[in-house]
Amino acid sequence: MIKAAPFKKFLGGLPKNVFSGFVVSLIALPLGLGLAIASEAPPIAGIIAAIAGGIVVSVLGGSHLTITGPGNGLVIVVLSSIVGMGGGDLYQGYLYTLAAIMLSGLLLFIFGVFRLGALSEFFPTTALQGMLAAIGVGILAKQFHVMLGFTEVKGNTIDQLILIPSSIKNLLSNPSSDIILASAIGILSLIFLFLYARIRNSIFQLIPAPMWVVIASIGVMYYYDLILKTPEVLGTNLMITLPDNLLASLPSPDFGKILDSDFMGYTLSITLVAVIESLLSIKAVDKLDPLKRRSNINKDLRALGIATGISGFFGGLNVVTVIARSSVNVNNGGNNRSANFFHAAFLVVFILLFAKQIQKIPMPALAAILVYTGYRLATPENLFRIYKVGKEQAIIFLTTLIATLMTSLTTGILLGILATLLVHIVLNKSGVLFSRNWLKPNVLMYLEEETGNYYVSVKNFCSFLNFFKLKAKLDEIPPNAHAIVDFSLCEFVDHTVMEGLNDYSRSFSRQNGFFEIIGLDVHEAKTEHPFAIRKSLPESSFLNFQISLTKRQKLLQKLSTILDWNYLPDPISNYDDLERFFYFKTKWINYRYNNLESKNKEFLLFDLSYSEGAFIAKEDLRSTFLQIKTPNKMPIFTLDKENFMTNIFQLSGLQDIDFKKHPDFSRRFYLRGEDIKAIRSFFTDELIYFFESHPTYYLESNGDSLLIRSKERLASIQEIKQMLAFAEELLKILENK
Amino acid sequence: MSLIAFKKILVGFAFSPNLKANVFESLRMAHFFGGELIFVHAGSKTPEKETRFKEIVASSPVQSEKIMIEWRVGSPVNTLLQASQEFDVDLILLGALKRENVLKFYLGSIARKITRKAKCSVLLLINPSVERRPCQHIVVNGFDSPQTKDTIRASFMVAKALGSKKISLVEEISRSKVAVAVDDDRSLRRATLKKEKLRRQEHTRVKDVVKKLPAELTSDINWITQSIFGRRGYSIGHYAKVVRADLLVMNAQENLSFVDRLITRDIEHILAELPTDVLIINSKGDD
Repeated sequence: MIKAAPFKKFLGGLPKNVFSGFVVSLIALPLGLGLAIASEAPPIAGIIAAIAGGIVVSVLGGSHLTITGPGNGLVIVVLSSIVGMGGGDLYQGYLYTLAAIMLSGLLLFIFGVFRLGALSEFFPTTALQGMLAAIGVGILAKQFHVMLGFTEVKGNTIDQLILIPSSIKNLLSNPSSDIILASAIGILSLIFLFLYARIRNSIFQLIPAPMWVVIASIGVMYYYDLILKTPEVLGTNLMITLPDNLLASLPSPDFGKILDSDFMGYTLSITLVAVIESLLSIKAVDKLDPLKRRSNINKDLRALGIATGISGFFGGLNVVTVIARSSVNVNNGGNNRSANFFHAAFLVVFILLFAKQIQKIPMPALAAILVYTGYRLATPENLFRIYKVGKEQAIIFLTTLIATLMTSLTTGILLGILATLLVHIVLNKSGVLFSRNWLKPNVLMYLEEETGNYYVSVKNFCSFLNFFKLKAKLDEIPPNAHAIVDFSLCEFVDHTVMEGLNDYSRSFSRQNGFFEIIGLDVHEAKTEHPFAIRKSLPESSFLNFQISLTKRQKLLQKLSTILDWNYLPDPISNYDDLERFFYFKTKWINYRYNNLESKNKEFLLFDLSYSEGAFIAKEDLRSTFLQIKTPNKMPIFTLDKENFMTNIFQLSGLQDIDFKKHPDFSRRFYLRGEDIKAIRSFFTDELIYFFESHPTYYLESNGDSLLIRSKERLASIQEIKQMLAFAEELLKILENK
Repeated sequence: MSLIAFKKILVGFAFSPNLKANVFESLRMAHFFGGELIFVHAGSKTPEKETRFKEIVASSPVQSEKIMIEWRVGSPVNTLLQASQEFDVDLILLGALKRENVLKFYLGSIARKITRKAKCSVLLLINPSVERRPCQHIVVNGFDSPQTKDTIRASFMVAKALGSKKISLVEEISRSKVAVAVDDDRSLRRATLKKEKLRRQEHTRVKDVVKKLPAELTSDINWITQSIFGRRGYSIGHYAKVVRADLLVMNAQENLSFVDRLITRDIEHILAELPTDVLIINSKGDD
């Protein structure tokens, strides 16, 4: 009887997960094919990995919303393994690599059994970023040529980077018709991918960008095939080939090199990257979970290990947790592991039913998707962001990036760790602090008997070297409690720790807990970035930046003097109460700026930088919001314009509250909330008439305050004035209630 | 239960810059505990040394009735340990350096060796001073061990003698006792419940110990209990530092083997980094 309720809930959520799994499979198909091709493996290998991952991890895994499949981080290591072990024969190299993949699955499983998930904490954040950027550059360098229609460019990443201008020159100087077609498909696809996030149309956004690229390019191929009657307009080297009979043509992994040192080297680096990519993704997806669940990392690693073993056996790539696909899952309403399963199921359907159409996908289109992926991994924005944290972080980042490109991935990350350590030693002007205290316990955590707060004190130093000790303690604090982390006994806190603590702070505030960091006032940071390294010895005063105001900001300032409100243009990252609004459940708030606040603190108008989705499915948004405190308690509800997307959501279980008496309102607005009775009595005739007769805004109540948003972009001064007038009138009606 | 009283106090001294502070502090302690004081110097006796030492003793505002000065030749560790047994002292006073190197830890400093081998209680002073610093807050270990009762009793006695108003009894509970690994929300809930239960058990146990003490010891002292899940010996030191305790009272360690010293544990954590003045109670010698 006790079990019945969750099962019913599971069944109720099933339509949502089927839908979400379907959308995810639309992005998983092109990515799976592309990632396999980028690794010089048969295209089907990526799909096999996604299917094995989806089925196994959804059953055995320990996370809730993650999607598993072939990962972009692995492209470079698998590629070097296939090329390196094949010695000229790529197919033989692929068979050896399959054996390495199976073995890495076993290692992954063992990692999970011995609960070694925490090992990933030893990697400094910035070095990891550098490694990911290097992977991005690697993918981009190789695929750029393919995107332009040249598949014959060989060499390592740096050679291929250098050859990019000559490929462009080739294209311009010597254009044959099929090269022009290929490069046109590739370049247009790339442009489309860059512009996709700008188009805010809910129907259009339903299909992920990579799938649009695939559909459009298949369309172009059919146009040449059927209408222009020129089949095979692009050479076979620019088309995907799938085996005719999937089951008959299964490759068998070749364990012949198992005792070679390079085999073991490849296996280890595949495992290392698989663990890092999976754990980073699991952590990131947990932060997007609207139900705020915590993933069981070690259980997930075990499942990924089994899935990787199975995938390798059937000729597939490594199975890892992937962030972009997972975020698409979250955004489309997936709420349990079954979405992962359905994504795999839909892939099976695609492969069985549309094998012929899939083979019409031109390589340049897939290469464009990969170039975009690579660019997102290696975007210069990352370097700027890291530079803002501190110059020393930029040095670490570049060291790792260059070292990874010049040598191999494992050497690169090791050098990155070394660089980080060196930077820390230089900053402290000695390594004694680290060498003397590294192995000693340094964290004290206890529940204060008087206050009921959890108090955590950290001694000596806290950096990537010993962050796992602090994490182990923090993980034991229920996130709805009040935690205080005290660094006053700690002489040095590094960027990895500051960023990690920020994650904790977020997850605590998501669950209505409090997470306070104290004792850093005596420490000094080199930059004003919240994640900058902190050191207890005073060094030099920071520079004061005087930012000049933009025109819009000047107008806002003027508005603030007219209204006699306070205006603060600087970004602030204090947004605790915002995360309690339903709107931000699956979104990631960066900071708010241009704050305009009334003197009695009832009105707060601000621009907010936030993002939706992650990695290649990420969309950065900036919108203007108005938050007002209402005089009376209200039911919790959201009110939105009714459109195609809300109709789809209704199909998958979210209910719209309609009023028979007010057909116009019911048709135009999508109203939902838990306490339907209270909402119905709250929406009086007067209030409904008010909404009918005014411009529509997105409106949400969290009980005692209202959040109003006009468009998914910044509002102009004119629109802000309208919004304020709207809010004032609305407040008047609410006051009279 | 044996009664702990510090009637005979042994102080080793050397002619270091800290000498004056050490002597003043010792005289003060002897005064508080109402005991006799035995100063021992490991080194030859010369007239200059003697007059200098006596001058320092005479300059102290607090004086003690019974002072003995012993001059012995030999290694400091053995001399002091021998003297402590010879005179059957209750307490050895040692001035400690605030920080010692990792290397020294393995070689063993004089103070550490004496602390490990002493058959009586040992008071380690991190910061002896000429002026008196009041001892306001005492932190005491309260973990489940036969010695703990004596230690708690002794700390209340010390608190009375030094005029401390607050005692925190800290129960260190080993993480392994919880026996639930936190992986996800469900295991976190289980672990939290388990900890709550352990915490309550420990509280009751420690409270019972305190309640059994004579009322004149516990009256007008504000005592609280605090349980900590963490490495035994380490956590209490860190705690003492966090709450800015003036004195940390701990059990002496039973049978320290070589292995014990290799894997830093219990009292060794404290000796490696003294958070504050530390009193190590050894009740065996007092039977």
